[in-house]
Amino acid sequence: MKPLKLALVPVFALALANAGWAGDVAAGDVVYDDGAVAVSLSGMAGDPAAGKKVMTTRGLGNCIACHTVSSLSEFAFHGEIGPTLDGAGSRWTEAQLRGIVSDAKKTFDGSMMPSFYKKSGYIRPGNAYTGKAASEDELSTLLTAQQIEDVVAYLQTLKD
Amino acid sequence: MGMLAKAAAIGAFAALSLGQAASADEDARLIINGEEEMIVRAAPPAWSPLPELLSGWLFRTVETQRLQMDDFENPGFTSVDSAWETWSLPEGSAGKSCADCHGDAASMKGVRAVMPKVNAENGELWTLEMYINNCRTERMGAESWGWNSGSMVDMTALISLQSRGMPVNVAIDGAAAPFWEAGKELYYTRTGQLELSCANCHEDNYGNMIRADHLSQGQINGFPVYRLKNAKLNSIHARFKGCVRDTRAETYKEGSPEFTALELYVASRGNGLSVEAPSVRN
Repeated sequence: MKPLKLALVPVFALALANAGWAGDVAAGDVVYDDGAVAVSLSGMAGDPAAGKKVMTTRGLGNCIACHTVSSLSEFAFHGEIGPTLDGAGSRWTEAQLRGIVSDAKKTFDGSMMPSFYKKSGYIRPGNAYTGKAASEDELSTLLTAQQIEDVVAYLQTLKD
Repeated sequence: MGMLAKAAAIGAFAALSLGQAASADEDARLIINGEEEMIVRAAPPAWSPLPELLSGWLFRTVETQRLQMDDFENPGFTSVDSAWETWSLPEGSAGKSCADCHGDAASMKGVRAVMPKVNAENGELWTLEMYINNCRTERMGAESWGWNSGSMVDMTALISLQSRGMPVNVAIDGAAAPFWEAGKELYYTRTGQLELSCANCHEDNYGNMIRADHLSQGQINGFPVYRLKNAKLNSIHARFKGCVRDTRAETYKEGSPEFTALELYVASRGNGLSVEAPSVRN
């Protein structure tokens, strides 16, 4: 099946532009149960190595902008805004982690943490960092479904 | 010293110098040219949510702090010098200069400390830039300056410098009250795709690091501010715009009613700190 899947990728990319892959759960359709999300948003398993990249890259998740993570100490400048993520994989289930990364406000009311898998409900949404207006149907989620899964996979490796 | 001990010592030194880069001496005093002391810590107004008002100068590295302690080191003074020349330059159909009506620039003492303020003639909230442009178009018959043009920002630096050391003291009651309320509303509104308000960073998290940035209270008593990041003097509204843009939001425009109201509210959160313009930040 793998070659076939690869062949289909460009078709989907053209058809869906920034809407994500066909197998993704759309941002508006994610089911939160007490803040947790039970099923994979991409329908696939996460890759912890890819998650590590998302967490430490400024243009992606940049999780360490606000959280310290001891196992990511090779990357400079960890922030002090949110709690440390050390031990996150012991404190939270996979579903809870997926829910927090997708939309932390569903778990922590009023949290400062951006919602990484959401496309609506914003005040004056802009076109990325241009300062120009963007309509909600033009917005992409901050991370893709697979990137969320990758981050969740990495967080699960952070055991006490 | 064995190799291990040496390595440990180097590690400790690296950690120490990183710590210093992040936060300078908490008891640091800002004394300019060895004689003018600025109020960099002040008791908050009764309504303020802040336990203590802290100048942004306190959040900068020792190296950046030093640049503001001597006017010859302060890169913002190139702009002040340029505005000195403009001050006595006749312009416009009336052929008048600032000096023709106002005399020495020292006559501007106290102006910056109370800006923005409600213009008694029309009931609008006006910033320093608006008063300057009004002078240019109505009294001089000259072209108005762009909000972030070099001429404008330089002139705000010269005028603000005349109030250096005076405590910020903007009015928030009476005619200013509705503008202040509107500014407060904006301060706490979480904008953009990152859904961040001014308060998220500058009230709830000042003193904390966000990646490599040390968050301050977002005080504007030092504006216009020379930023090492873009190597020029920056207006208050340009800085607001940058902050809002970084929340992945549609920004407001310089001089908009929204930013003017926000300027009043943010300025009032620093009532009691010294006017520091032109200050130096990163």
